[in-house]
Amino acid sequence: MDEPLNLVLFSGTDDKLQAAAVLTAGAAALGKPVNIFLQYWALEAFRADRIARDHGLAPEAGAAGRAAVDALAAAGQSPWADTLRQAKELGGVDIEACSLSMDLLHLQQVDLDPLVDGVEGVTAFYLAAGEGQVLFI
Amino acid sequence: MPVLEITQAVDARGLSCPMPIVKTAQAVKALPSGAVIELLATDAGSIKDVAAWCRSTGNGLIEQSSDGAVYRFVIRRK
Repeated sequence: MDEPLNLVLFSGTDDKLQAAAVLTAGAAALGKPVNIFLQYWALEAFRADRIARDHGLAPEAGAAGRAAVDALAAAGQSPWADTLRQAKELGGVDIEACSLSMDLLHLQQVDLDPLVDGVEGVTAFYLAAGEGQVLFI
Repeated sequence: MPVLEITQAVDARGLSCPMPIVKTAQAVKALPSGAVIELLATDAGSIKDVAAWCRSTGNGLIEQSSDGAVYRFVIRRK
């Protein structure tokens, strides 16, 4: 379990972020390091002033998908940001903002939720990723 | 045989995947070696997940039962 799990988060909808948070928490519970690289709309969802908002669902969700996600939330499923916070408490989870996306969205690190550890470029991400698998969500 | 003494109970009933495992990992992290954790969960995935987690992390799954709605696991910290 030494090779890290590496997630590139691109989409900023709640369903995809929830799926990414679940993968992250599961890996963290196993003691597997996780590197998360936030790009584009996923990065925007980590803005401190927006992280707790409704970020919608992927287009394929439709009305039935919306109802299913709402039912799971009503049954007590943790919001993705909470799942990520708990995963970080277990240790080994590093969340970095893509510097290009920071420029694109005119963001500074102070604009981001404290879940985000720092800002880096793609080279630093690949270096941290090592021989581990890279998933794009 | 001595009665197994539970060091800490983890109530993950009503929590969806992967929170039962996350709560268990958090509890294990804070306890000394040999501590015994009782986990209650309702997530059906926890049957395979708890076994896989114990195997991968080296913690011992010493009891496992279910009354149909709630799954109970007893884990000894390595």
